[in-house]
Amino acid sequence: MQTFSPVLIGSGGFWMPPQASTFAPNTDALFHFILWLCAIFFAGLMGATAYFGWKYKKRSDADRTSPIRGNHKLEIVWSVIPGLLLLVIFGWGFAGYREMIVAPPNAINMHITGQKWSWTMTYPNGGEDGNRLVVPINEPVKLTMSSIDVIHSFFVPAFRVKRDVIPNRYTTIWFQATELGSYPIYCTEYCGDRHSEMIGHVDVVTREEYETYLRGLAGCSEGDDLVACGERQFQRLGCGACHSVVPGQRIVGPSLAQVFGHEVSLTDGTTLTADEDYLRQSIMDPNSQIVEGFAPQMPTFAGRLDGVNLAAVIEYIKSLQ
Amino acid sequence: MASIAETHTGPHDGGHHESYLTAKRGIASWLTTVDHKRIGVMYLASILFFFFVGGVAALLVRTELLNPGKDLVEHAVYNQLFTLHGAIMVFLFIVPSIPASLGNIVLPLMLGAKDVAFPKMNLASYYFYVVGAILFILTIVLGGLDTGWTFYAPYSTTTSTSVISATFGAFVLGFSSIFTGINFLVTIHKMRAPGMTWDRMPLMVWALYATSLIQVLATPVIAITLLLLICERTFGIGIFDPALGGDPVLFQHFFWFYSHPVVYVMILPGFGVISELVTVHSRKGIFGYMAIAISSVAIAFIGFLVWGHHMFVAGESSLAATVFSFLTFAVAVPTAIKVFSWIATMYGGSIRYTTPMYYVFVFLFLFSIGGLTGLFLGALAVDVQMHDTYFVVAHFHYVMMGGTFIAFLGGLFHWWPKFTGKMYDERLGKLSAVLVFIGFNVTFFTQFVLGSRGMPRRYYTYQPQFHTLHEISTIGSYILTAGLLVALVTFIKSLKSGEKATANPWNGMTLEWHTESPPIEHNFAEQPICRRGPYDFPEIDESAAGARH
Ligand code: HEC
Ligand SMILES: [Cu+2]
Ligand SMILES: [Cu+2]
Repeated sequence: MQTFSPVLIGSGGFWMPPQASTFAPNTDALFHFILWLCAIFFAGLMGATAYFGWKYKKRSDADRTSPIRGNHKLEIVWSVIPGLLLLVIFGWGFAGYREMIVAPPNAINMHITGQKWSWTMTYPNGGEDGNRLVVPINEPVKLTMSSIDVIHSFFVPAFRVKRDVIPNRYTTIWFQATELGSYPIYCTEYCGDRHSEMIGHVDVVTREEYETYLRGLAGCSEGDDLVACGERQFQRLGCGACHSVVPGQRIVGPSLAQVFGHEVSLTDGTTLTADEDYLRQSIMDPNSQIVEGFAPQMPTFAGRLDGVNLAAVIEYIKSLQ
Repeated sequence: MASIAETHTGPHDGGHHESYLTAKRGIASWLTTVDHKRIGVMYLASILFFFFVGGVAALLVRTELLNPGKDLVEHAVYNQLFTLHGAIMVFLFIVPSIPASLGNIVLPLMLGAKDVAFPKMNLASYYFYVVGAILFILTIVLGGLDTGWTFYAPYSTTTSTSVISATFGAFVLGFSSIFTGINFLVTIHKMRAPGMTWDRMPLMVWALYATSLIQVLATPVIAITLLLLICERTFGIGIFDPALGGDPVLFQHFFWFYSHPVVYVMILPGFGVISELVTVHSRKGIFGYMAIAISSVAIAFIGFLVWGHHMFVAGESSLAATVFSFLTFAVAVPTAIKVFSWIATMYGGSIRYTTPMYYVFVFLFLFSIGGLTGLFLGALAVDVQMHDTYFVVAHFHYVMMGGTFIAFLGGLFHWWPKFTGKMYDERLGKLSAVLVFIGFNVTFFTQFVLGSRGMPRRYYTYQPQFHTLHEISTIGSYILTAGLLVALVTFIKSLKSGEKATANPWNGMTLEWHTESPPIEHNFAEQPICRRGPYDFPEIDESAAGARH
């Protein structure tokens, strides 16, 4: 992963992260334009304050002060000049924003699903991956995003893009990556306990690497090693954000090691022995049976996991003994 | 000494008028008082208490952020701490701070009135505040709150923490604001001393006028929004939660329709305080009285039309975003005019380096940074990058704490002799200003850099490249705390052993200086009459060239 410490100036300078998309140069140019403008104004304001503070410090009780109570010319000048500069900033900011909202028609379409506390990426071939977005360099990519629980926000600092990810509604962003490398994705809308760990990566790769990656994504099929494939699904669907596979280790949900075949107590007071059916129901309709001592935090995976993929996940959980 | 008022008797006639502090005795006489000064003092004590609670939460948050991962507390506790900090500072401290405490005490005095228009309503406002505050404390006891002070749905409709008591608390506090607002509006319209025309009102009064307008117009919206949220949580009526058929973005529109104007409820009174301080301590008429007065009201109105700038990336339409961005820049102009005017006021003055004046300098520095960094956030393309990062956190702390809070402290030092009849140790007061200044910048300037480099806000832990800056920021917060403790010591020492204050230690012209310190129970021994503008100091050399433009 690339870091952006002040030492490694990269192309973002002192203030900004590295530039890795077509938006970055414009956003940064505007940022630095405003920065310089502010610096000049600030220096002027503080210079005047310091000068007046020194020049007009009280000398004696006999001091007489100036009767000036305004100056229309000066007041007009200092309203109009900043006003015009503000118009320039507005126009420039708007121009950059307009670029960001209209995706080119030839963009590759991908789908992002946010959930507490992971991202699922769905590619044009139907393949899915968790917390990892792989995109080809120098090609426009359009993301259509939605959430299955609360609001999240998809932010890639190196691309200068951000958009809220909202339940029951689609939002979109697009970008075109310009530098190979791996860049963090942050969630920037507070979404609960592990909000700060809802972190993914965008890997910008060549067209060939991208295609190889897509081929490897397909789901499990008959004859695959179910346990290994189940583990991949487990990672892809972000189960690990809430479940440890180390026995007894609690994150937000219970550890899934040593569950199968063991006794489980539920909040409604009943106890049962975890079998395949119980596991299936826990995943497809998690709120129907709540494990004692836990809050109903788990989203349902009905519709996102079925057939052989679901069987593989269950086999994987069974293997965690 | 000359003053804008003339009464037939000076402030020091006969000792038969007791000060408002000693006129009646006993706890009950305070709890049932309808004297605006006593209500102001009770507000002052309460908001300072909550500032302390919110401050402790902030220190815990900063300490947790010293290193990535766990330093003190777990995720869930951290999330409650930053929520607590934000909610308490906004609802229980900043919103009521200047208007309900300093404003309550000085407004009738400045107008030459005996009290506010509706003294009982004023007391009711205080009790609404107390009930709201109790509900907030109840929230902490009932399992805390982890939604952030913004209560965004559907997180707030689904979390298992105690959202209802907190929102109900904020709802009740809304009434307290509305009551104060109505009271001030009527008082300003109806109770000005004879001769006090609108253009002779102190700018503090203008600022409180604009603030009250916003409070009365905007607060009902948040009250209804919070009620809707409560309905959704208790009865499962779908309004904001999409799982029930609601719209979460609607919540944000409602919320910011109130909360942006409220930004001005927080800052305008600060502007008013600074206008008083800068004139009195540099012995100069304010530069551009009308521009400052009218721009407060202009800001109050345009302030209602910019709420969407909090939602540029939240799924509002791009047309809406464009219009909101434009209007946001439009509000920047009147704000800039004020800063220019304060600085120009010092020109040709005779500046006294008192503690309040120190705070004016601190304010000018910090608020200028706060205002200027708003330009980054108003510009659409740059806001996409900065939204919900530490850049925003730094920006609003520069505005709210560097602006409002510093003005509040400066004002407290300025009017302290009037409120208590005691002077304070100037050296300690100045030391507090210097420490606060240093600590504040170390804490929050680093956060601009954190934010522009991509550090999101409300994060319990963070990636290693952000470590050094977080460390510096945390150390800054300790220096800042030290500065605030020095201010506290200054006040306590003054109460215990401060010299007796004269009626008018700063030689101010406005009417509050024309009665004893502390004022008598009914403010003035006789109805004062206003004959001059609020800043017509005797030092001003009216004969000098360039007078009166
Ligand atoms: C947002 C956090 C979260 C995510 C993501 C999540 N779970 Fe859960 N899960 C929980 C919680 C909390 C519980 C305990 C409460 C309950 O029973 O619903 C739980 C319970 C379970 C149980 C029952 C465990 C027991 O000890 O009886 C199983 C099995 C399970 N989850 C499997 C999964 C699988 C498989 C995935 C990924 C496809 C997943 N979970 C994703 C939070 C989560
Ligand atoms: Cu999040
Ligand atoms: Cu706003």
